[in-house]
Amino acid sequence: MSQKIIELKNLTKSYDGTKVVNNINLFIRENEFVTLLGPSGCGKTTTLRMIGGFENPDTGDIFFEGNRINDLPPYKRNINTIFQRYALFTHMNVYENIAFGLRIKKTPRDEMDRKIKKMLKLVELEGFEKRHVDSLSGGQQQRVAIARALVNEPKVLLLDEPLAALDLKLRKEMQIELSDMQKNIGITFIYVTHDQEEALTMSDTVVVMNNGLIQQVGSPVDIYNEPENRFVADFIGESNILEGIMIEDFLVEFAGKKFNCVDKGFQHNEPVDVVIRPEDIDVTEPEDGHIRGIVISVVFKGVHYEMLVESNDFEYMINSTDMQEIGSEVGLSFGPEDIHVMKRG
Amino acid sequence: MKNRAKLLAYPYILWMAIFIVIPLLLVFFYSVTSGNIHEPKSLSFTLEHYSKFFDMLYLNVIWKSFRLAVISTVLCLLMGYPVAFVISQSKQHHRNLLLLFFLLPIWMNFLLRTYAWMAILSPNGFLNKALELLGLPPIEIMPGQTAVVLGMVYNFLPFMVLPIYTVLSKIDKNVLEAAMDLGANRVITFIKVILPLSVPGIITGITMVFMPAVSTFVISRLLGGGKELLIGNLIEQQFTIYRDWHFGSALSIILMIMILVSMAVMSKVDKNSEEGRASMW
Repeated sequence: MSQKIIELKNLTKSYDGTKVVNNINLFIRENEFVTLLGPSGCGKTTTLRMIGGFENPDTGDIFFEGNRINDLPPYKRNINTIFQRYALFTHMNVYENIAFGLRIKKTPRDEMDRKIKKMLKLVELEGFEKRHVDSLSGGQQQRVAIARALVNEPKVLLLDEPLAALDLKLRKEMQIELSDMQKNIGITFIYVTHDQEEALTMSDTVVVMNNGLIQQVGSPVDIYNEPENRFVADFIGESNILEGIMIEDFLVEFAGKKFNCVDKGFQHNEPVDVVIRPEDIDVTEPEDGHIRGIVISVVFKGVHYEMLVESNDFEYMINSTDMQEIGSEVGLSFGPEDIHVMKRG
Repeated sequence: MKNRAKLLAYPYILWMAIFIVIPLLLVFFYSVTSGNIHEPKSLSFTLEHYSKFFDMLYLNVIWKSFRLAVISTVLCLLMGYPVAFVISQSKQHHRNLLLLFFLLPIWMNFLLRTYAWMAILSPNGFLNKALELLGLPPIEIMPGQTAVVLGMVYNFLPFMVLPIYTVLSKIDKNVLEAAMDLGANRVITFIKVILPLSVPGIITGITMVFMPAVSTFVISRLLGGGKELLIGNLIEQQFTIYRDWHFGSALSIILMIMILVSMAVMSKVDKNSEEGRASMW
């Protein structure tokens, strides 16, 4: 495994007595694409801003390559930031925007020209040097912001919801471009978003946050398949979350029935939350399923149908390519590996 | 719909025609004629009022007016910019209070304020009384140019602070953070980002201070003690003392042209430094 480049230890930050970031511990490795994911107000942006040096933590330490950087102002950190609304210098053209950091470092003219040309090529804005930034589209402005940050060759790039202002199609394109870019240039990306799909598509590691606390750290697959608690399960994609009882290892009871599962390590008869993803439930004939229910709504979502099936006062969400009639009785079936048991919390 | 909305502008258009366009045309008419105003038949076309102006006596007055106005404008800028900057950087709930302090003087009558300065600066005024108490020699700046400049700076400073503050407070905090992020310390951030972005406010401030300063006649009469003749006083005298409406009109037109030219130069500077940037407000 590669080196830890950034480490946060017991980091806390309050505004007006509210703990926005509450005793966070986290490390980020070199060349990793890490996403801080959570609803607005969960502390993800504040955490990012503390890494960038724009906010000072109340308590706790921030380490960069092993050195404590709490007291280092932003302009002395080898970290660059992409801001949510680009924050371009509107009184400068594209070239001057990108040259800003290089000029401060007194880079020789020919070297500067070469670097900027290379950056413009990377973000596919060749020939835009003399253009005024106000005349660019949102996507183009975002690319200028990326070039402006990357030209300084930072070791870590912070991205604060950089795609939030773009339309869906452009956002998807930029997602792919950003993760390609990260792989090609090999620097650490710390990315903040509230869009769970964006987080799952782009990241090596996802850090799910809520109320200033880290809920779970893991790979996108782990986070999706093995959510540690109800919040994570609910926030990452659609979920059916049922209350159940873990009777013993590999046996869980919910919806009035006992099911085999692949989870273990709980106490006997411990109350638990059970997660079943909508796409893991198969619709069968009523007599063939584990659970019987009535279809109460069907919504066409493009690739699949999203159906709600009511059974014993619980509404199961099911994603399926086969449509059922509203009001028809169906059976629901799922395998032991589709059941995920979490600690109640 | 669109045409209906246009109707709303008609009252002002009417107002403008009656009280601005027609009087201006009259001023222009007087400036190029001579004769008795009360007998229209005696009026004849002439440019003598304009040629009369190119006399060292009058050119000196114009020169002095511009000089004092420029000095006052520069002083307002030097004092007003830091104030506007400090207010724009202060916490949101302190801003309005701070701003109020600087705008408070405008709420008082302009003449009263200027009379107050007379009371302070005159040879037997508060300032010299205070100096006397401290055993210091009195200073004699009133009547004089220093007092006139002081009066101008005091009266027009808010008009410099306000537009600069408005522009500064609209600068996106993220842009300043971006500059710091890219390696700029506070000084470089100010020089390379804040100052260029505030140019539209500076231009507006200069305009709003320079124009009334160059054409004032009240401040120069009260604080200059009648010795400091500015173009405003010259024009006033033509109408009130010498009853020469024709020459007074010509002087007014000349002053107006000079202000227009200065403003055109300023807006050119504005355009060059801020190409394509939208409005200043």
